[in-house]
Amino acid sequence: MSLLEIRDVTRRFGAFEAVKEVSFGVEGGEFFTLLGPSGCGKTTLLRMIAGFDLPNAGRILLDGRDLADTPAELRPIHTVFQSFALFPHLTVAENVAFPLRMARVPDDELKRRLGEALDMVHLADLADHYPHELSGGQKQRVALARGLINRPRLLLLDEPLGALDLKLREEMQLELIKLQREVGITFIFVTHSQPEALALSHRIAVMRDGRVEQLDEPSRIYGFPVNRFVADFIGNCNLLEAEVRAADEGGLRLAVAGLGEVRAPPDGVSKQGDKGLLALRPEQVGVAGEADPAWGNRFPGTVEDFLYIGDVTTYQVRLDNGFRLQALLPNAAAGRARFFDPGDRVTVGWSGAAGHYVRET
Amino acid sequence: MSGKPDPRHTRPRGARLTKWVVTAPPTLFLLAFFLAPALIVLVASFQYPGEFGGLAPITNPGDGREHGLTLENYAFFFSDFLFAEIFVKSFTVAALSTLACLVLAYPVAWLIARSPRHHRDLLVLLVILPFASNFLIRVYAWMIILGPQQAVAQAVNGVLALFGLAPVNLLFSPFAVLVGMVYVHLPFMILPLYTNLEKHDPVLLDAAQDLGANAWRRFWRVTWPLSLPGVFSGSALVFIPVLGMFAVPDILGGTRDMLIGNLIKDQFLGVRDWPFGAALSILLTLAVLVLAGLAAWAARPRGAT
Amino acid sequence: MRRLPWWLILAAAGTYAFLYVPLIVVVAYSFNNSRLNAEWVGFTLDWYRLLFQDEEMLRAARNSLFIALVSSGVATVLGTMAGLAMHRWRFRWLPLLVVTPVAMPEILLGVSLLVFFIQVLHLTLGMLSVVLAHITFSIGFVAIVVRARLAGMDESVFEAARDLGASPWQTFRLVTLPLILPAVVAGFLMAFTLSIDDFVITFFTAGVGVSTLPLQIYSMIKIAVTPEVNAVSTLLMLLTLVLVLAASRLDKGLMRAGR
Repeated sequence: MSLLEIRDVTRRFGAFEAVKEVSFGVEGGEFFTLLGPSGCGKTTLLRMIAGFDLPNAGRILLDGRDLADTPAELRPIHTVFQSFALFPHLTVAENVAFPLRMARVPDDELKRRLGEALDMVHLADLADHYPHELSGGQKQRVALARGLINRPRLLLLDEPLGALDLKLREEMQLELIKLQREVGITFIFVTHSQPEALALSHRIAVMRDGRVEQLDEPSRIYGFPVNRFVADFIGNCNLLEAEVRAADEGGLRLAVAGLGEVRAPPDGVSKQGDKGLLALRPEQVGVAGEADPAWGNRFPGTVEDFLYIGDVTTYQVRLDNGFRLQALLPNAAAGRARFFDPGDRVTVGWSGAAGHYVRET
Repeated sequence: MSGKPDPRHTRPRGARLTKWVVTAPPTLFLLAFFLAPALIVLVASFQYPGEFGGLAPITNPGDGREHGLTLENYAFFFSDFLFAEIFVKSFTVAALSTLACLVLAYPVAWLIARSPRHHRDLLVLLVILPFASNFLIRVYAWMIILGPQQAVAQAVNGVLALFGLAPVNLLFSPFAVLVGMVYVHLPFMILPLYTNLEKHDPVLLDAAQDLGANAWRRFWRVTWPLSLPGVFSGSALVFIPVLGMFAVPDILGGTRDMLIGNLIKDQFLGVRDWPFGAALSILLTLAVLVLAGLAAWAARPRGAT
Repeated sequence: MRRLPWWLILAAAGTYAFLYVPLIVVVAYSFNNSRLNAEWVGFTLDWYRLLFQDEEMLRAARNSLFIALVSSGVATVLGTMAGLAMHRWRFRWLPLLVVTPVAMPEILLGVSLLVFFIQVLHLTLGMLSVVLAHITFSIGFVAIVVRARLAGMDESVFEAARDLGASPWQTFRLVTLPLILPAVVAGFLMAFTLSIDDFVITFFTAGVGVSTLPLQIYSMIKIAVTPEVNAVSTLLMLLTLVLVLAASRLDKGLMRAGR
């Protein structure tokens, strides 16, 4: 039995269906992420789990018990809000102790647990400060300590890193992972940022228009997207229309319009005549001055443009048959911003084991 | 180079001129008609009364009349317990009016603050409109309503009769004074409360609920403490004018419902003891200053809302 | 959005009723065909007819209008200047000087002006003393409204005007004044309403020389209540209602700035 079970949950606002018959389970101890663009229904779903909103249909079960009749204040589920929602009239210590006060925890125990919680997020020195005296990262930690202090069954995090700047966000990501591992409490994390989701989660549910499109581990979501939306939303991807010409143990042979025959790894399901997409990550695509014999697929082309990112450079290559491909090369040599210039004749290619055939378009 | 002077060089003098042309007229007017009279009252509170009202001269007029400065007026105030009693009564009425205003105003302010944005202006206007009608009319209205032949008095006395109690007069009573005070000052409590409550971030209530607070504790732990600045400024706006009000007791109160305001008014327009009236005014001013200071201190911004 | 509990809505409705019922009673009795404000007898316009034959009342009304027009006119000019000065130069003492007359109990201002007019200026109380007194308490209201309007504006437009070569006076006439005009007019209407309505300060500064509508109403209430009071109250309510609605249409922030 899963810790949290979402069964056929639907939420309508007037004629608009924000969440459409969503079902999945979240296991105990998991770092589970709801990922999707804004308006995909992930926050609505989160509010229903927290108890601020109720589904029009379907059930939400915690430890097998239906939560429908339990108001938010009685659910053993806490939320870390995007704006942190710290009480401005209470100090850090009073904010963190709030859930214990609500649960009428005796004073000496409260003091002990408060100390532990503040230590856990390294805020003991700031206990008597007010929220407006804290930095963004410190506020974030207060919100986390407050959410975790009375050990809820489930901690919901609603884009908690969205309000922080880039550098701090990366720091907090590492802290979050560490914290979750230490306390062992199940996290459900909501975000629209796919690198964040990939970095943090044990499993990710990718949502669009109120539905879960794919639910899997980060590497599988990235490596084996089930459809065009997931492939496109998670990272950059070259997407080529393809038809299966032959399928066997050795792999798929795809007919890609205008490109000819391309090899792709086997997926064990597709058969001859299926139509779909070939998804090819830019980092799987190589660029070379001359043909590299190791590549199972290779095509001549011309460099059109490049984008220097720092650690890597991406190249736009126009193949001779008109296709445009994106390739990404690491800038391993210091001080070197690029290997090719626009107008250079190159060969692009990838191994037969790279790429992923997406059956659905 | 053209003959036109560089504007950067002419600007400081022009700016200074503008500054004084704009600032001087209102400043001079208020110095003359607000500050000077206030200071005169301060001086008057240390003078002797004139023979036929007004003030006795400070310098010796040479005809044997009383003159000079004295502490007698203040001594007189503290010599008779009656005056202290009137002050205490005034503070009590002001405190009760403030409390009643708070209880009546909070739901309204809350309702407005939580209404959809496009309804709020209308609801605020509905609070202001009765307040815009003449103050005397609003007091007079209660003279009608609390009158002995009206439904309110009939009902109250009907209930009293059931318990075998003698009928009471609602009008010309401390109760009528209190109702009048509350009615006249209610918007002063509603508006600052509303302005405060409107600024509350609703997500704080979500957070409190999420962390285990039920509706009752959400109010007392989050909404109420956050609204305290509004409560304090509203209270000051009710308490201070009630303290100086003479017209409401004059119209709705009985002969024994005299407050500070009535006492002061009598000194100037009745018994014509101006110096004592001035001393009372100064004492009232001091009370108001202390209260305003307290309110400002209590309502000072704390935390970031 | 959280739903509001039913008891809260009920309590708020109760307070709104508390605000309106008394005024409705006054209006209703102004049409009542009885000398007593006791029970409904029948509809009549007699009290209004009586009102328009009451010479004293008509004189008081004319006085009130004259005092209100003159005092609010002067107060608007001075108050606008004070509002501009408070906003532009941020003197610490000016807001204190401007706002205190508004914030303190009216009786204190009334009493001090009474002493000042008689003892220092040796002025016979009358129209002039009342007008001066009304200007004194109105300046603050106009200044607060004007300053609130200025505070809500983008400072760079004034700098842009200066930058483009406008003199201070041109900047004021072509940029500042048009922008604050709604607040100035709203402030005028507010000062006018306050003057028409003022009782306490007028009570101390009018002497026996001049009567205004509120003074007239007060003496009628104190001496002999007749439904004529209801009639004049109703008309006065109608007038201030129009003025306040006009002011609030002109300046959205007026209601808040007035606090």
